[in-house]
Amino acid sequence: MTEPLSPTTNDLVRLLHEVDDRARRLFGRALAIREVDAGSCNGCELEITGLTSPVYDSERFGVHFVASPRHADLLLVTGPVTRNMAVPLVKTYEATPAPKLVVAVGDCARTCGVFKGGYGVAGSVDQFVPVDAFVDGCPPEPAAILRGILTAVGRR
Amino acid sequence: MRTLFALMLAGYALGAAAAVVIPRGRGGRGLVAAGAVMGGGAGFALALQVLLTGAPFVLEAPAMLSIADGLLFRIDRLGALFLGLVGFLAVPCGLYGAAYSEGYEGRASLRFLGSMLNLFLLTMSLVPCAGNVLTFLLMWEGMSLTSYFLVLTETDEPETVLAGGWYLAMTHAGLVFALAAFLLMATGSASTTFGDLRAAAPALSPSARNAVFLLALFGFGSKAGIMPLHVWLPRAHPAAPSHVSALMSGVMIKLGVYGLLRVGLDLLGGGPAWWGALLIGLGALSAVIGVLYALMEHDLKRLLAYHSVENIGIIFIGIGAGLMFQTFGLPALATLGMVAGLYHTINHACFKGLLFLGAGSVAHALGTRNMEEMGGLIKRMPRTALFFLVGACAISALPPLNGFASEWLVFQALLGGSAIPQLEVAVVMPIAVAMLALASGLAAACFVKAFGITFLAIPRSALAEQAHEAPRSMQAGMAMLAMACVVLGLLPFAVVPILGSTLAGMGGVTPAAIELTRGLPLQVPGASGQMSPPLLALGLVVLLTLVPLGLRLLGAERRGRVGDTWGCGRIGQTPRMEYTATAFAEPLRRVFAELYRPTRDLSIDFHPASKYFVQSIEYRSEIHPWIERLLYDWPIRGIRRVAVRVRRLQAGSLHLYLFYLTLAFLVLLTMARWSR
Amino acid sequence: MVAIIGFALGVSQAALALLLAPGLVGLVRWLKARLQNRRGAPAWQPYWQLAKLFRKEVVVSSNASWLFRAAPFIVFTSTVAVALLVPLLLVPLPFDGVGDLLVVVYLLLLGTFFLSLAALDPGSAFGGMGASREMTVAALAEPTVALAIFALALSAGSTNLGQIVARTMSGPAAVSPGHLLAFLALFIVTLAETGRLPIDNPATHLELTMIHEAMVLEYSGRYLALIEWAAGLKLLIFFSLLSNLFMPWGVATGITASAITLAVASLLVKLVVLAAVVAVLETRIAKLRLFRVPELLSVSFVLALLAVTSSFLLR
Repeated sequence: MTEPLSPTTNDLVRLLHEVDDRARRLFGRALAIREVDAGSCNGCELEITGLTSPVYDSERFGVHFVASPRHADLLLVTGPVTRNMAVPLVKTYEATPAPKLVVAVGDCARTCGVFKGGYGVAGSVDQFVPVDAFVDGCPPEPAAILRGILTAVGRR
Repeated sequence: MRTLFALMLAGYALGAAAAVVIPRGRGGRGLVAAGAVMGGGAGFALALQVLLTGAPFVLEAPAMLSIADGLLFRIDRLGALFLGLVGFLAVPCGLYGAAYSEGYEGRASLRFLGSMLNLFLLTMSLVPCAGNVLTFLLMWEGMSLTSYFLVLTETDEPETVLAGGWYLAMTHAGLVFALAAFLLMATGSASTTFGDLRAAAPALSPSARNAVFLLALFGFGSKAGIMPLHVWLPRAHPAAPSHVSALMSGVMIKLGVYGLLRVGLDLLGGGPAWWGALLIGLGALSAVIGVLYALMEHDLKRLLAYHSVENIGIIFIGIGAGLMFQTFGLPALATLGMVAGLYHTINHACFKGLLFLGAGSVAHALGTRNMEEMGGLIKRMPRTALFFLVGACAISALPPLNGFASEWLVFQALLGGSAIPQLEVAVVMPIAVAMLALASGLAAACFVKAFGITFLAIPRSALAEQAHEAPRSMQAGMAMLAMACVVLGLLPFAVVPILGSTLAGMGGVTPAAIELTRGLPLQVPGASGQMSPPLLALGLVVLLTLVPLGLRLLGAERRGRVGDTWGCGRIGQTPRMEYTATAFAEPLRRVFAELYRPTRDLSIDFHPASKYFVQSIEYRSEIHPWIERLLYDWPIRGIRRVAVRVRRLQAGSLHLYLFYLTLAFLVLLTMARWSR
Repeated sequence: MVAIIGFALGVSQAALALLLAPGLVGLVRWLKARLQNRRGAPAWQPYWQLAKLFRKEVVVSSNASWLFRAAPFIVFTSTVAVALLVPLLLVPLPFDGVGDLLVVVYLLLLGTFFLSLAALDPGSAFGGMGASREMTVAALAEPTVALAIFALALSAGSTNLGQIVARTMSGPAAVSPGHLLAFLALFIVTLAETGRLPIDNPATHLELTMIHEAMVLEYSGRYLALIEWAAGLKLLIFFSLLSNLFMPWGVATGITASAITLAVASLLVKLVVLAAVVAVLETRIAKLRLFRVPELLSVSFVLALLAVTSSFLLR
């Protein structure tokens, strides 16, 4: 039932800097992800839930989701960062042990999307935590999100 | 041996005298402690001598009291074991008391505290030395009275007086039963020395023997704290000063076990199977219910007191199993059961004493016994925390400490129950196994709560934030007991033969049956189980050192940093966000709700403007020991009614009292004339 | 000389268990994935996860004390000590005189005790909740374990693991209804102690549904790796106890190459079978509400009691 990952999803991923060699070696086969909803409309969350479904099956790449940031290697951040979620996002980032990566999912995470300028919005994700890759889309497909995660750890 | 005995008496007397003469100040308190330590040390040495050589120590003083054969002290091996226990615990508790009693200066009479402590130790030491009924009961009563006064030390607390009242009533009721048992036994014997009682016991009719056993069970069982006679324990032990609680819980209740062994096994020489079954049943019940109530407590010392009930239950299970095996003529298994019970007696004295001293240090530093106000003490009182942890591991029966060794023996004794030919009797054993295992698991849960809430995480109140480590002498007392816990756990093969030898010649236990150990491992007759605590400990220590080495070899990352506790990214952390003791025990409270029957009061105040807005909610839930209420309410009410009527005799008129005196005198004269 | 060979065999048997443990956990996960129509990670995924965890830094809460840092080592050590004592490949066991079945049970309790304390240390409510639930389940599973031990010891005449295995191997007459009942009872206890459905969900992210996971929420890096490895080892130990105490055929009785190879093969087969059973169970049933778990444990208690009764009656 699982679909192989299509190569066209590469275009939707923006990598901000070269993948660290250490991260590539460390996270190449096993990656733990902690998802942080920094004020999103939950559209991206619905797509992210699809990642663990039988169709997209992120587990076959060694990627699994964890409950605590202390167990995590990569933070998957969605949503424009609202004022209430600014501090919790930073605290989640601080609670994660090094080496760590951040992948920001959705247009809201990069540009605040349709919520730009709203009174409750504090800024985009890269204004609060160092981001390694953005995945464009509103919301992006699970395949694109998966491609973004894999690109961030240097797997093609 | 005579010199050691005299030294013991002198030590305690010196301590008591010092307390009366110079109660206050470091010198005075130090002298009181020195007296207790000297007396305890001498008593322990004397006991060791009797245990190792086997020669009993006899001291007759018939001239001291001319009724009922006067005072007779005869220390045989069984008595020496308990004498040694008193002496062994007297040393750390005395040492501890030197600094601890400073907290009572100005609040309570130190004169009373010091003198009563030494007299308490003295009478407790002399109970196992008694060789006849008069000496025994005299020392028993002395022990009860001195401990009563010690319980009443903190008279500024209202519940202390109530606790003292309960204690006095229960202990005197027990005395009456014990006295009745002895008198019944003495009907057919020449004198009231234990030797004569033993000789006359076979001549007693079976119903008389059963009656003696039941009376002794009531009398000594109430002192031991078996259910349902345990009601004074959770009241009296928390009220007393901590080193006294340690002594009461560690040694005094064991003297109840001693009394039962002396009467049931030694003097009566064992009996029908239902004696053993009754002891096992009561023991199993006490073990489970004791620990269940301990789980619900958030007063640290009351929690420990309920655990004493649980452990006395375990001791009774061992002894009951031993008695039952003896009835069916299985001497090896009988010895095993008895030894298991006796070993647990010693071990419990060590770890319960340690735990009470630890709880006392915490209460001394904080000024409260309420666990809900503690927390974070492991950083402020690191050594106390370490000692308390050792005690907690020991009482939860974790290998390789002493609690595990004795519980292992009790389990093995019960597992031998398959050898009993009668099925209806043998079925008691697996039920006891299940209840013992349940009690043991619940005890571990309770001590995770006790240690975790008291010492770990963040302080829950300002009292806990300002806590400081206990003074050196208190630490020394705790360290001694912690060391004993470890040693007794690692070297059971050294202790067990001594315990077996105490039972020699009693009730048909032949010395040949005491072949419990062979070399290093602890082996059980019939090869029904084998374990080696020292090898186990060695293995654990070796592995513990190998693991970090292995990590280094694997090239594991060694960096680390300190961060906030993960709380889903919330802004701050206050002590109110931590788990509380009540919350920790809540799942078990729900599981056993039928037993606890908690009461619930919920009152909600609504905002005057609208009933959709709540102003305040008050929730109160309490657990009352309903068994107590069922069994003790109606006798207490009956006694009160009678007492009110009797009070009419106390009209207050001096002439009436003079009349009473004259009347009593006339009656006595008539009786004396008649009995001539 | 024989003693040295025995010692070496005992140590290598435990080392084998330590090596296989992550693979067993991975196998259960892979089987579950396949049953869920997914491809899933390969069965050796946990090895990569452990390797990665060992290379990550450790973040420790400022409220935590030395207990928090020491607990993973204590848990790991006690579990490895148990692996040295259980019959995996060889009977009589090399370390037979050191500990019997009761020692095994209480050593596992030692690990649970310290893990629960470490969960309380950072002062988070998650840890407190996990510790409270874990100790509740452990305490309620104790009577069943004790009775199952009683049933086994009754028929074998000893609590020594080697002797129990030898007795069961001695012939078909040794297998009785008591055995089957005790097996079922211990199976339920295995699910409880190793944190598998229906008592605990090892893959849950919801803190309110966690028992074991909630206790390790604060752990990271090498500490987490040690705890996860110990949990996998505990699963392997329970599986091998279940299989070798009740179906010990294949266990080597002598130190010959063929016997040992057969023992390794039979152990692997038994582990795979049990892993499949657990995987199917985890896919089919839902997690029980916490306050329904005591009901399940009392079912296992009744089974154990029946096992003891039948052992008594059929003696």
